[in-house]
Amino acid sequence: MRRLLFILPLIVLAALTAIFVLGLSPNRDPHAIDSPLIGKPVAAFAAPALADGQPGIADSDLLTGAYKGQVVAINFFASWCVPCRAEHPLLKKLSSEAGIPVLGLAWKDKKEALQGFLDELGNPYARVGTDENGRIGIVGFGITGVPETFIIDKQGVIRDRIPGPLSDELITTQLLPLIKDLQK
Amino acid sequence: MIRQIRHGLIAGLVAGAILAGFAPASFAVRPDEMLSDPALEARAEAISRDIRCVVCQSQSIEESDADIAHDLRVLIREQLKAGATDDQVRAFLVARYGDFVLLKPPFEAKTALIWIGPFLLLLGAAAGIYVFYRRVGRRETAPLNAAEQARLDSFLQAHDDHPDDRSQGGAA
Repeated sequence: MRRLLFILPLIVLAALTAIFVLGLSPNRDPHAIDSPLIGKPVAAFAAPALADGQPGIADSDLLTGAYKGQVVAINFFASWCVPCRAEHPLLKKLSSEAGIPVLGLAWKDKKEALQGFLDELGNPYARVGTDENGRIGIVGFGITGVPETFIIDKQGVIRDRIPGPLSDELITTQLLPLIKDLQK
Repeated sequence: MIRQIRHGLIAGLVAGAILAGFAPASFAVRPDEMLSDPALEARAEAISRDIRCVVCQSQSIEESDADIAHDLRVLIREQLKAGATDDQVRAFLVARYGDFVLLKPPFEAKTALIWIGPFLLLLGAAAGIYVFYRRVGRRETAPLNAAEQARLDSFLQAHDDHPDDRSQGGAA
C-alpha cells in the first residue's frame, strides 16, 4: 500500500506522457472532427446546373433518379479555392479507379469563373451543380469550407466525409476499400 | 535613464495587453446582418457567442471575421426570424457540425470527464492532504536514548552561555 503511493505519481506521469506524445503524433489531425452527418441520409437539396439545358444535382437524383442504387462521391469545390486545384486531377482517379460517378457542387462560385476553371483543368465530374450562396454546403452537408468530399452509399446515406483536399494515399488506403465495401 | 524609460514602456505595453484581454471582445457582426428587432438581435448575439467558428476553432462566430462565421450568423438570424427557439437553433447547428460547434460542451457520458474531472482532481488532492497530515500527526517519535540526551544537554548548555541569546531572552 505504501509502495503503491510512491509509484502512483509515476503512473500518473507515464499516463500523461503517453497522452501528450499521442497528441503530438504527426498522424493526428486536431482539425479532424467527425461529422454528425455520417450515417444519416443525404439532406434534401437541389443544385441548379451550370448552364441551361444541363442537368443539375438534387437529392432525388441519388434516391430515385439517375444515380439510384449507386455509390457516388459528392465533391464540394470552387474555382477560387487553391487546394481544389491541387485535388482536381485526383477526382478523375477516384472516379475511374472506384468506378463511381463524382458529382461536383460548386460552392459560393460564380458561373463564369466556374466554367473557366473547368475549361482550364478539365471536368472530372459526372455532373456539376451550383451552390451560389453556399447554403447547400452549409445546411445540407455541414461543410466548413472547400474542398470537401462525401461518399454516399447505394441507399443515399452519407458514409464518409473528407474535409480538405484528397490525396493519392487517402484514395488508395481509405476511399477505395470503403467504396468497394459499399458496392457489395 | 534610457533603460528606465524602456522598462516603463514595456510595463505599460504589458499592462495594456492585459487590460485589452479583459476588455470585451471585438465583434465581427456586420451592420447589415443585424436584425431590426433588438430583442431578436440580442438573442442571436447570445447564441452566436456560444457557437464555435468551425474554421477558426478557438473563436466564437460572434467574434470571427471568417466567411463561414458570417454565414452562420445570418443563418441563426433567419431561423430566429422564422420563429425558432434558441434551443432549436442550437440543435440545428449541432445536427450539422456536431457538439464541437458548441463552445460549452453538453453534459453527457462522453463529456462527463471534462465537467467533473477538475472536481475529481480537487477531491483527490484534498483526500491526499488529509491522509498525509493524519499520518504525520499520528507518527510517534522514539524517545532519545541516554547518549543522545547527554549530547543535547551539552548543546543547550553551550547555548545558555551565549550572551547575545540571553540578552534577547533566548529560550531554554
